[in-house]
Amino acid sequence: MTKQVFNFKDYIRPRFFPHIWCPGCGHGIVLGSLLRAVHELGLDKNEIVITSGIGCSSRISGYVDFHSLHTIHGRALSFATGVKLSKPHLKAIVPMGDGDALAIGGNHFIHAARRNIDITAIVMNNRIYGMTGGQFSPLSGLDKKATTAPYSTIDRNFDVVELAKSAGATFVARSTVFHANECKNLLKKGISHKGFSVVEILTQCPTYYGRKNKEGDAIQMMEGYKTNTVKIGSKKLEKNPDLIQRGIFIENTDIPEYCEAYDKIIETAMKGKA
Amino acid sequence: MKNKNNIRFVQGNEACVEGAIYAGIDFFAGYPITPSTEIMEHLATRLPQKGGKFIQMEDEIASMGAIIGASLTGNKVMTATSGPGFSLKQEALGYACMAEIPCVIANVQRGGPSTGNPTHVSQGDVNQARWGTHGDHAIIALTASNHQDVFKITVDAFNMAETYRTPVVLLLDEVIGHMREKLVIPEPGEIPVVERLRTSVKKGIDYHPYLPREDGRLPMSDFGAEHRYNVTGLFHDMWGFPNNNPEVVSELLRHLVDKIENNVHEISMHKEYWMDDAEYILISYGSSARSAIHLARNRRSRGVKLGVLELQTLWPFPTEMVKEKCAGAKAVIVVEMNMGQVVTQVKNAVDNPQTVFLANRIDGQLISPTDIKSLLRMIQGKGV
Amino acid sequence: MERSRLVFSGSGGQGVITAAIILAKAAAIFENKSAIQSQSYGAAARGGSTRSDIIIDDSEIYFPKVIQPNILVCLTQESYNKFSAIIRPGGLLLVDSKYVTIEKKVDAKHIALPMYDTVIKKIGKPIVFNICMLGALIGVSGLIKPASILKVLETTIPEDFMEMNKKALSLGLEMGKKEKY
Repeated sequence: MTKQVFNFKDYIRPRFFPHIWCPGCGHGIVLGSLLRAVHELGLDKNEIVITSGIGCSSRISGYVDFHSLHTIHGRALSFATGVKLSKPHLKAIVPMGDGDALAIGGNHFIHAARRNIDITAIVMNNRIYGMTGGQFSPLSGLDKKATTAPYSTIDRNFDVVELAKSAGATFVARSTVFHANECKNLLKKGISHKGFSVVEILTQCPTYYGRKNKEGDAIQMMEGYKTNTVKIGSKKLEKNPDLIQRGIFIENTDIPEYCEAYDKIIETAMKGKA
Repeated sequence: MKNKNNIRFVQGNEACVEGAIYAGIDFFAGYPITPSTEIMEHLATRLPQKGGKFIQMEDEIASMGAIIGASLTGNKVMTATSGPGFSLKQEALGYACMAEIPCVIANVQRGGPSTGNPTHVSQGDVNQARWGTHGDHAIIALTASNHQDVFKITVDAFNMAETYRTPVVLLLDEVIGHMREKLVIPEPGEIPVVERLRTSVKKGIDYHPYLPREDGRLPMSDFGAEHRYNVTGLFHDMWGFPNNNPEVVSELLRHLVDKIENNVHEISMHKEYWMDDAEYILISYGSSARSAIHLARNRRSRGVKLGVLELQTLWPFPTEMVKEKCAGAKAVIVVEMNMGQVVTQVKNAVDNPQTVFLANRIDGQLISPTDIKSLLRMIQGKGV
Repeated sequence: MERSRLVFSGSGGQGVITAAIILAKAAAIFENKSAIQSQSYGAAARGGSTRSDIIIDDSEIYFPKVIQPNILVCLTQESYNKFSAIIRPGGLLLVDSKYVTIEKKVDAKHIALPMYDTVIKKIGKPIVFNICMLGALIGVSGLIKPASILKVLETTIPEDFMEMNKKALSLGLEMGKKEKY
């Protein structure tokens, strides 16, 4: 399907660069995977609307040469719902940070999943609030250090995959920035999937999370993604069930997509009127 | 005889829906809240009949977000709410001010603060409509006292949202929203409808989404069309790119305020009753204006030179017009159902603020002509 | 005509508010009068006492609430006890004789009619009790033409129910016309 060799310059807005991300941040890898996914899918840039909220990850929307909507903290999915339902032929992609998606935006996350509206939500999970300087997030987990947890966290974390599954998302996958190629492939599948897709990507924040929790620099953190994760159902889980699984957890095409369901409502309503 | 099909006997909330349909609404997102819910209920039926979209969102904030998203794809959009929901929407409303997104927000007012008095009337959100969201900005807020006017100002709200690329607040109230009276739906063309101004810039030529034309208007390009641009709540340059250069920041903020404040004459709407020779003036709006007009009609028949100035545009406040109309009046009584929100503006506008009085009611009951009469008699030195 | 200020009261589910809407709509659309209907709202959707105000006039109506009705309809004892004191002196007080025992403490023309029992006996469906009440009210007061009520019903209810409603209206009219006011 690929029309030509991938050149990131075809997909970014140079005016926006340099980006705001710290040296060693994993978010650039997510951006790279996303652009490659879009390229390989052969999508028309005019048909993509990327909607984001607030946070380091949310700046992705400005960097890419799609229609871009940089909204308010936590609410990106609701704005994207308006975009998608009003013009269902558009591809809606929503990159979010962990706090943006699951703390302030948690309600929108579960309801977008429940509706099964055709939006691809990318949860860029660095387990910290980076832009505000290193506060713990709902994905940090227990016994972690953060500027707002100087004695360590007592808050448990969400499991994004389990949450998305139980809220009704019909495509749920996870990868890490160490597995950039896998990321790209999962994003391709998520974007192509008709329904609400969640792709969680573990991405390092060496500046805050790494430093606070003595997980080393970016390279060491990425090595952690290599050693602490396995493909779904790997034999390594028998010995070490705490390993984080990567891959596609759910891919369900039987559930009606929301915009298509609404089109049927329109049909019914128009008949009733006639 | 008028075509009976165009005559309805409806609640004010339904008059608002009819106005929205007439204005060309394409998309509505909302969350149930008393006393505005009938607006969303009727649109849930009406919108899909004309191929439009209706969605009940998970909360008030999401509703506001959804209409902004839908506006950007080229739709005329609206949401409806009441006090607590209006509070929740404020951040996104400010986003629509900053990003210049046309949208209409109906607030059918009930008693507040907090959960307050959900099924009873109030006009306590006038100042919130002006200053509810943070930061400097300008806003348009319209109101009406009868269903024919509710219809009309709803069309005006959509028109102004498009013309000035701004959120417009429709400040209705529980009495108007719920009571039923006759509504005659105007024929198409009877009230002008402003369509979205889209850019004429062709594909391949630079489109500056945030560079106003000489007349101050800002042509849009739909999301999904050939111009890809950035929309943000950050201060931004003509490309829509975040920018905190002091010149860019001050220029944008001035533009956001001036585009509305410099057009007060275009935006301001009011009605006059027996104002020509009025010695005493009642200034009112929304359902309380009905009581003011009732009293004035009644007093006129007894020779009292009482007039009513009914405001339909509350923001931007028509300071010059109010000053002019009140010049020479013996006393001005502002009739409203709050602790004095418009009266502050009126005192600020007139030459003799000591002749301005407040006739109010804040107990959830519609202020009555008798309530106003008592104050008028006191001012006239007649006692109650 | 003189301004008519009406209050319909009863308990939730009796169709008091629907009756008020039908009356006001009939006056506004089919008799070209000014008419306003409003109602008091509480948190409960069913049960409890309900009240709906109607004003009908030839001239414009501004203040939409009724403070002193010249016509008061009470379909429960509770609503009679609550509202009978607000009636304008010399006004008309219409009650259902099954539900309300009149105490005649107020200066008003009291009319108690067996509207509910008649509907149950002749039609067997309590759902049209409110239409019978409207018939009785118009019969007594001549407020608007019965045909205007029928025109509203024709545009709002399914055809299958029309016959039953017509019957209820005329049963009410018959009862009402026998009374003097």
